Amino acid sequence: MSEQVPPVEQPSPGEGPPSPAARLSSLQRAGGIVPPILTVIVAFFVGGLVVLATGHNPLTTYREIFAGTGLNWFFQVGSHEIGVPYSDATVWFPWNVNDIESVAAFNLQQTLLLWIPLVFTGLAVAFAFRCGMFNIGGLGQYIVGAMVAVWVGSSWVDMQPGLHVILAITLAALAGALWAGIAGFLKATVGAHEVITTIMLNWIAYWIGNFAFGQGGPLQNKVNESVPVSSDVAPGARLPVFWGDPLLQGLHIGFLLAIAALVVYWITLTRTTLGYEVRAVGFNPEAARYGGISVAKSYFLAMAIAGLFAGMGGALDILGWQFRLGQIDIQNLTLPFIGIAVALLGRNTAVGVALSALLFSALLNGTSTRNLDPEVFQPELAGNLTLMIQALVLLFIGADLLILGLWARAKRAGSRRPRVPTAEAPT
Amino acid sequence: MAEAAPTVLELKGITKEFPGILANDHIDFDLGRGEVHALLGENGAGKSTLMNILYGLYSPDEGEILVKGERVHFSGPGDAIDHGIGMVHQHFMLVPVMSVAENIVLATEPRRGGVLLDYDAADRRVRDLADAFRFKIDPKARIENISVGQQQRVEILKALYRGADVLILDEPTAVLTPQEALELFGILRSLTREGMSVIFITHKLNEVLEIADRITVLRRGKKIETVPKEGSTEEQLARLMVGREVLLRVEKKAPEPGETLLTVDQVSVEDDRGLPAVRDVSFEVRAGEIVGLAGVDGNGQSELIDAITGLRSMHAGRVTVGGKDVENTSARKVLDAGLGHIPEDRHRRGLVLDFSLAENIALHDYKEEPDSRFGWLFPKRLIVRARRLLKAFDVRGGGPTTLASALSGGNQQKVVVAREVERDPRVLLAAQPTRGLDVGAVEFVHRRLIEEREEGRAILLVSLELEEVLSLSDRILAMFEGEIVGEYTPDVTPEELGVAMTGGAREQVVA
Repeated sequence: MSEQVPPVEQPSPGEGPPSPAARLSSLQRAGGIVPPILTVIVAFFVGGLVVLATGHNPLTTYREIFAGTGLNWFFQVGSHEIGVPYSDATVWFPWNVNDIESVAAFNLQQTLLLWIPLVFTGLAVAFAFRCGMFNIGGLGQYIVGAMVAVWVGSSWVDMQPGLHVILAITLAALAGALWAGIAGFLKATVGAHEVITTIMLNWIAYWIGNFAFGQGGPLQNKVNESVPVSSDVAPGARLPVFWGDPLLQGLHIGFLLAIAALVVYWITLTRTTLGYEVRAVGFNPEAARYGGISVAKSYFLAMAIAGLFAGMGGALDILGWQFRLGQIDIQNLTLPFIGIAVALLGRNTAVGVALSALLFSALLNGTSTRNLDPEVFQPELAGNLTLMIQALVLLFIGADLLILGLWARAKRAGSRRPRVPTAEAPT
Repeated sequence: MAEAAPTVLELKGITKEFPGILANDHIDFDLGRGEVHALLGENGAGKSTLMNILYGLYSPDEGEILVKGERVHFSGPGDAIDHGIGMVHQHFMLVPVMSVAENIVLATEPRRGGVLLDYDAADRRVRDLADAFRFKIDPKARIENISVGQQQRVEILKALYRGADVLILDEPTAVLTPQEALELFGILRSLTREGMSVIFITHKLNEVLEIADRITVLRRGKKIETVPKEGSTEEQLARLMVGREVLLRVEKKAPEPGETLLTVDQVSVEDDRGLPAVRDVSFEVRAGEIVGLAGVDGNGQSELIDAITGLRSMHAGRVTVGGKDVENTSARKVLDAGLGHIPEDRHRRGLVLDFSLAENIALHDYKEEPDSRFGWLFPKRLIVRARRLLKAFDVRGGGPTTLASALSGGNQQKVVVAREVERDPRVLLAAQPTRGLDVGAVEFVHRRLIEEREEGRAILLVSLELEEVLSLSDRILAMFEGEIVGEYTPDVTPEELGVAMTGGAREQVVA
């Protein structure tokens, strides 16, 4: 249709067709915190019905899964020693900070280890979303980051340890930024749709990885030529573990970097001119252009920053606990895709991403074969249960938008106060 | 006249309260057969609420609806349609990829063999219907390929097809060009001749006097008065609507033009399809004068505005703002050279509707102190500035942190005007500055533009409203098919200007 006069008596968000991502994100932020929580509850409820159908008790199953997540570590209410030297003073506290060796503590460490990459890949999707783009390229950006990290980490073995880690993370993050930046650049210059280009870049990264670590590949280890895996990361390039046993995959300081990344994400969006530009472009590129913002530059930068997050997520996994990268790892990689669900459920906010990443990491860890008693529920089924709950959450996020849309319509028709009368009087 | 005609529809004591606001307060309204009854009021006066109640979208808290003397209760638009009430919304509800006939018969399609859509029957029925009311429309044309005016006719036909004999038209001329509006009035006259009744919602005074038989004025949810057209004047109606005297004539002093601040020199621009939209246009605007650019929509004005403001590249020519060359640079460069731009479409371009008012006001200056420093934004400072501006421009309906989408059109426009004027631009380009605004807001914007002229700004006013151009401008340029076809003084008659705007007076103009 051609030009229309803006509706004066009806609220109408935006004229002209906004990008699907922009529409999704603005709808998503509409409903507050209730819809995502409802989404999760309903997903778990339906998951429970399936458990019931397989002849198990959903309540005990969920309780067992919860125990497997390690989140029960937080529920050791009581008096605990507070570690004042030369005394055994105790103080009441909801959980036992001294407990670093129990099963719960170990499980929690594993959950948080998964939380880190989910936060980073979730932020990678969320940041692009805020600029009106749908970044499906988290996988490629993560792979590129991980590859660079393993390459830097396993080269220059004699480098000063701290510097080595920082160099590896920095280069990996830049590699992720560059990788995503390609998609941003193509969108900014020739208008190539980011969904298409990021998917293509995913496959390119995937096959480069398969080639690089495959037999005879340039990054394959030189010790055992028959195993398609990289060399190990040098001890000096590994991230320090601050909670738990370093030999048993304790929690490394990447956890703190993830929290920092969440803060940086929030600050960038709300407190910098870059964030202002990104949000303006995400909401209404035409108005942004009119305002003097370079839309092309914003697309490129937002995508590059998204890639920076994803690449960093890949690097932290390598330098924090994996220490090597093989063909198998690349082929089985699904975490970056869960990042999409994390961003969607978290509604592209920092707090939302943190919480939904925790939900998904807990779910993944709680249903892993190691953590679930076969007596209660077969771990093989449990893995599927995780996938199912994930899928249900995604499905309900879609439905959630539908419900929000219907709700908005119902409010419009029902006893809603029209916006205009408040702003009535003329001058 | 209305007294003689039987009443087809009556609303008695309709009351509707929304939380915190009495949208309709015991409103009585009646409609005679063959009558056009205009519902006049400012934005937010309760016109749309009343009509939504009549169309079954809202249910009234109090009051009753009588259709042909019989008391009815509507629980949805379906009920209203069953009682012969049809509504044409401001935003059309048509499927763009389907044909005219398909859209009209939608949901009651003629079928062949129970499952197949009978296209021929659909076309035939629509053609018969169109002929009966002497509509010119091709049933086979696709909606996306026909003009807005024709789309509106399709909406009207759709209502007639469903058996409506009462038509509610919600601000029908808002989307139309002046010519299309005239055609619409012709259609309405032929409909009323056939015994249809029309409720015409509007806030435009001249239209009311043109088409309505009776006029009911609403103000703040109350019915003020119902008056016959005969003997009514625009001034009287404006007073009823606003509740005080409104200056319809803009009072201004003689211009004192100073130095030339905007020059447009032999500019040619292509449209989105690569066809020439602006051909070799030259003019200049001096400090302290308002130059009006008059033209029928789609004659290159939008492309010219975009080219001047750096939002579209120009094919040839030069543009200077305050002496600086700005052609084919960027929107940012043009802004920095000292151009303020009130855009044609405040929703598409003028505002980020999901941003707060404070953020919207910072749209041009967010990169400069005091809004930000070294890339660091200071939201509190944005809010402080916004609060001051919102007060100065009397923006109502929200504070600095309110989302722009929550304001009414008039207040949104005030925010845009506030932002553009506050930057103290040397040149102000006002494109359709009063589109969709009610009388009070129009008066505000007009007064403000005159004030800005007195401040010594060079103002280029682009408008489709002839009256606006005539009353505000110190010089008038007529544009037709991408060319300036004449320059006039403000005492030119609308007829003469109208002829020029439609290509009747192509002549060489020396700018």
